[in-house]
Amino acid sequence: MSAALQSAAAAAPTLRQAQFDYLLRLGDTSLVLAQRLGEWVGHAPALEEDLGLANVALDLLGQARLLLSYAGELEGCGRNEDALAFLRDVPEFRNHALVEQPNGDFGFTIVRQFLIDSFQRELYAALAQSTDERLAGIAAKALKETEYHWRFSSRWLVRLGDGTVESNERVQRALSELWSYTNEFFAEDPVDRALAQARIAPSLASLETRWRAVIEPVITEATLSIPRERGKLTAGKRGMHGEALGYLLAELQFLQRAYPGAQW
Amino acid sequence: MSATTGMAQQSAVDEARVHQILATIADPEIPVISIVDLGIVRSIVCDASGVEVGLTSTYSGCPATDVIRSTVLETLQAHGVRARVRMILNPPWTTDWISVSGRAKLAEYGIVPPRWLHGTRGKATDINDEPVACPRCQSAETELTSEFGATPCKALYRCRSCLEPFERFKCL
Repeated sequence: MSAALQSAAAAAPTLRQAQFDYLLRLGDTSLVLAQRLGEWVGHAPALEEDLGLANVALDLLGQARLLLSYAGELEGCGRNEDALAFLRDVPEFRNHALVEQPNGDFGFTIVRQFLIDSFQRELYAALAQSTDERLAGIAAKALKETEYHWRFSSRWLVRLGDGTVESNERVQRALSELWSYTNEFFAEDPVDRALAQARIAPSLASLETRWRAVIEPVITEATLSIPRERGKLTAGKRGMHGEALGYLLAELQFLQRAYPGAQW
Repeated sequence: MSATTGMAQQSAVDEARVHQILATIADPEIPVISIVDLGIVRSIVCDASGVEVGLTSTYSGCPATDVIRSTVLETLQAHGVRARVRMILNPPWTTDWISVSGRAKLAEYGIVPPRWLHGTRGKATDINDEPVACPRCQSAETELTSEFGATPCKALYRCRSCLEPFERFKCL
């Protein structure tokens, strides 16, 4: 690297580092969720839902690939999307803790999916207006796909919530358990602030208002209720994860760890 | 032949010819339509070093994208054209880019083509609720089984009259 480039890189490390971190948050959230949904293949209650979950997983995996390859280029250390996906360990992952939560039953998976779909839908709509053109392009594409994901999970939420006593109880239990994981979506930290200031990403406060407006009518229609207590604050996006992520990565990364550089 | 005419000729012939060659490449998952019909060929630019084909993908995770990319390179190479592919992300692909002839081929094959969105942002929340006629018996008595099918781009339907399942290209 030339001296001029080096000093340029040193002059603006904060925003670049924040951008790299932010792209990891987006990319890792999609990647980890894709892996979780992939676990349903062959196990969903009906063939159509099996296909549905697998299709959502595939979209998420494609989005993760776009986001992580951009992250790798920004980082400038020669890591491509595969290196980022397969060769980082738990503390280096920046996904929201919500998506690493084990699948539970079908209702639990649907609640998890509904919460993240609603968030991603509002987030990508905002990111499509980003001053970062490449990120805006990824978001515009992801948004169209996310509309379908949201449609799938919100319909299932209503069907299960406003279904039988048993299905209502199960999804209400899932909502109560998973609700606190959404606190993290809107807990602003220096990375979020740096990107909002550069108008690369939206402010999390504005996003929370829109997210609530999207989820509340669906939760009401599903005859479910949002827990009164906000509960704990997780920090997956800052690299703090539960033990579930370790097992998930062990499966996701096994091949590249056991046979480094192996290709199809 | 002077160098100038040679170059002009080469450039004029090439873009049309490349388009013609690309129109023979079938989509690997729905082989009745070509990648040109599908609207994923976004640009063809010829210069001294060969041709650059701008491609986009239908869905972010569509597994056919890599296959299409290598087929484009191999096919052009087989025709003696030196080519490279540039992936274009923005603007995102829309089903409105599927050609009129592509739609006719889909319908003939038994896949209901998507409806035109005419540039309006297609919200999935309202684009699949319209009635869809069964491609086999034309009955309007059909129902959506799932918005996710055997490929990312298709939804599953069922005809209540002839009881056959069928697919529809999802509006995007």
